[in-house]
Amino acid sequence: MHSACATLEIRDEADAVDAICAAHAKGVSCAIVGGGSKSGLGRYAPQAQALSTAALTGVTLYEPNELVLSARAATPLSEIEALLDQHGQQLAFEPMDCGRLFGAEEGGATIGGVIAVNASGPRRIKAGAARDHLLGFRCVTGRGELVKSGGRVMKNVTGYDLSKLVCGSYGTLALLTELTLKVLPKPQTECTLLAIGADEAESLALLRRATATPCEPSSLAMLPAGAALALDADAAAIRLEGPAISVMARRDDLVGRLTSDGVRFETLDEYDSKALWRGLRDAAPVAAAVGQIWRISVAPSEGFAVVERVRRAGAPVIAYFYDWAGGLIWLCLETSPDAYAAVVRSAVDAGGGHATLIRASAEARARVDVFHPQPAALAALTRRVKESFDPAHILERGRMRAEF
Amino acid sequence: MTLLMPRPEPAIMSRRNELIARLGAILPRESLIVDEVARRAYECDAFTMYRALPLVVTLPESVEQVRAIMALAADMNVKLVPRGAGTSLSGGSMPLEDGILLGMSKFNRILEIDYENRCARVQPGVQNLAISKAVEAQGFYYAPDPSSQIACSIGGNVAENAGGVHCLKYGLTTNNILGLDVVLMGGEFIRLGGKHLDSEGYDLIGLMTGSEGLLGVVTEVTVRLLQKPPIARGLLLGFASVAAGARCVSAIIARGVIPAGLEMMDKATIHAVERFQPCGYPLDAAALVIVELDGTQAEVDHLVAVVQDIAREEGATTIRASTSEAERLQFWAGRKNAFPAVSCIAPDYLCMDGTIPRARLPEALAGMDRLAKEQGLGVANVFHAGDGNLHPLILYDASKEGDIERAEKLGFDILRLCVSLGGVLTGEHGVGVEKRDLMGEMFTDVDLAQQMRLKCAFDPAGRLNPGKVFPTLHRCAELGMMHVSGGKMPFSDLPRF
Repeated sequence: MHSACATLEIRDEADAVDAICAAHAKGVSCAIVGGGSKSGLGRYAPQAQALSTAALTGVTLYEPNELVLSARAATPLSEIEALLDQHGQQLAFEPMDCGRLFGAEEGGATIGGVIAVNASGPRRIKAGAARDHLLGFRCVTGRGELVKSGGRVMKNVTGYDLSKLVCGSYGTLALLTELTLKVLPKPQTECTLLAIGADEAESLALLRRATATPCEPSSLAMLPAGAALALDADAAAIRLEGPAISVMARRDDLVGRLTSDGVRFETLDEYDSKALWRGLRDAAPVAAAVGQIWRISVAPSEGFAVVERVRRAGAPVIAYFYDWAGGLIWLCLETSPDAYAAVVRSAVDAGGGHATLIRASAEARARVDVFHPQPAALAALTRRVKESFDPAHILERGRMRAEF
Repeated sequence: MTLLMPRPEPAIMSRRNELIARLGAILPRESLIVDEVARRAYECDAFTMYRALPLVVTLPESVEQVRAIMALAADMNVKLVPRGAGTSLSGGSMPLEDGILLGMSKFNRILEIDYENRCARVQPGVQNLAISKAVEAQGFYYAPDPSSQIACSIGGNVAENAGGVHCLKYGLTTNNILGLDVVLMGGEFIRLGGKHLDSEGYDLIGLMTGSEGLLGVVTEVTVRLLQKPPIARGLLLGFASVAAGARCVSAIIARGVIPAGLEMMDKATIHAVERFQPCGYPLDAAALVIVELDGTQAEVDHLVAVVQDIAREEGATTIRASTSEAERLQFWAGRKNAFPAVSCIAPDYLCMDGTIPRARLPEALAGMDRLAKEQGLGVANVFHAGDGNLHPLILYDASKEGDIERAEKLGFDILRLCVSLGGVLTGEHGVGVEKRDLMGEMFTDVDLAQQMRLKCAFDPAGRLNPGKVFPTLHRCAELGMMHVSGGKMPFSDLPRF
């Protein structure tokens, strides 16, 4: 995916300041590359040079009792997860691994990349997204200035919350150098309740009913027949996590509350449950399909209608599934030069939300708006926010929006 | 008075009549407060140390009126200060003598409750607690519960990123909202988010939350609703030393338990509370820890047993677990009364709001003790122990010569101590005017310049709530051109206001 361009190795923050000041002075556009596992995300926008942060590695602080961890930006996610695991902790937002999606090796993600794309998995609906777990950071802005924000404590309202802003900014505001994250205990165990036999719309309604119970499901997905688990019928999957005694009690309670005609229940034990959600986290049911992939965020009750509208408008659906109780749709469509962008977006706009083109060729990602178009006033504000960090548009130029 | 605010601009003061006339064309008579006596009601928020009489008070009730007022303010280059319920503890909505006060109290309707998508659309003037009340019959609630929740409004909660005693497990305001409608200075209307999760671009909802009314005026909020846990139980744990209490708190979290509430108070507060309204707190304890665990019956009973074991291992001198809802509420009664109780042992108190890494608590309390002695004042401490958020209450007597100054000095010294221990100036009350001049303790000029540039992206003329949060005022053009050398901006020796 990378076009040939000069690569500058960034060894420390001083290097980053020098490189970006120089680029700023000359208006040279820069890609920011950590592990490179997410280079297929965003608009196709080749840059004049690449800033490799690969040397910025290492966990700089980990205090399990304080639920806090700091690491340099290119620290492999796998290293952080392994360290947390030793202490029975985790990143609760469950960041996805893009390997399967792009046919690359798994385990290539860095913590900086996770934050840059606000990667969040099935547990997002209960535990929050990456943006809810970033407590503070250090970065070098597009002006070449070393800036810090936030802190290492859980509760902090001192100054603007720039942590939220850099999450999901795709490197367009600043080069992240070090991140401080809230970490949480791993649940003791988990299981997944499968409700099989209802049709798609009923299964989604069942998931929404489950979110209105006190059973505290941590993930809720609707799997069309054949999408996963070699099931030949539509299924609703509900993950329950916590102490063993509580998980079993909540499963039984949930079965009682969701029982209806024609629906049978199965339970996946911890091992199978983990495997299922790991797969869904990484979009496995659509990743294996050949086609262009959209990731769509809508109100949970709108999910089914969005897919229906896409179908009715004639876009050929190859594979799909719903996460977040219907609020997240992973949709694989037959490849087309325009990725059916107009169809997908008008299906979403009818009820509110946004659609992101996640996997498509460079040509398609150059032609189509990868991120959902914004109304004029919001687009203008977005551009002013960008320019407050990077007035010369040198960082990841064009990666999010064509105009910057 | 040691606080300096931007000087009232004669050019604005002299056009007051014109401003009032033009506001009169936007608002009905009863929504425009011109009379001095009536304006006095708005001269401060819950941070009462400093006051200012607003130029004029407006109480719009429609988005169109808000837009028109903000367009007029931009057109006449007049400052504007937004205000919710006026419960800010940091002076976030303190008026300006040459500024319009924009009160949002008439935006008091819950517009939609959407149980299926577990959210509600509400106007910003709706009380925090009113949301939970509106949905409790269906078993839902809105999680952030600042102690002012019977009075504070959701718009103010967004401005301050309000927390509460349950935020260790359920998050702050920023973790519990899905959408915002915002009017920018000049009157531009922007809709952010909705009923879906995460943003299609920059997370401007996250940026707006906690921006203290400096970026835009919120006219609608979509909040997440959570299902109420079926049961909650409380534990009351007494310890012979603050260090032992702090160790127990760490041990609970180290064991993988995230309680719904985890509070601590020191001996001075325990005694004040028991004198105010006895609720059975152990008077021999140097530190009291209150733990709340919620969830399903089986889980809560299991976790109560786990926490009891930990407390025993950590040498607790008192261990009580609630066996009824009445008993659980009784455990909390003292904590909830802590502020009024403290106001009975001293004529006045100043409530501070630093956060520290929890492990540094014994050092923080020892340091605070030393600083308080230097000023000859007392300090009582309540502490959101789970997330390290300290609320030292500085006891003073405003009628005593020099006490206000000593209390303020002690407050500043305590916050500097928090920062030096790896903490921050404010955990949930906001910077406002109260902590404005301490921002340099945490941030370099470069850090602050970047934040101010963001303000410029929203409010290029710097007319929305100026004089709050940032210790210096700059023109946006100047910030845009400025460049760093050696970590100091060229203006570092400019006078502060």
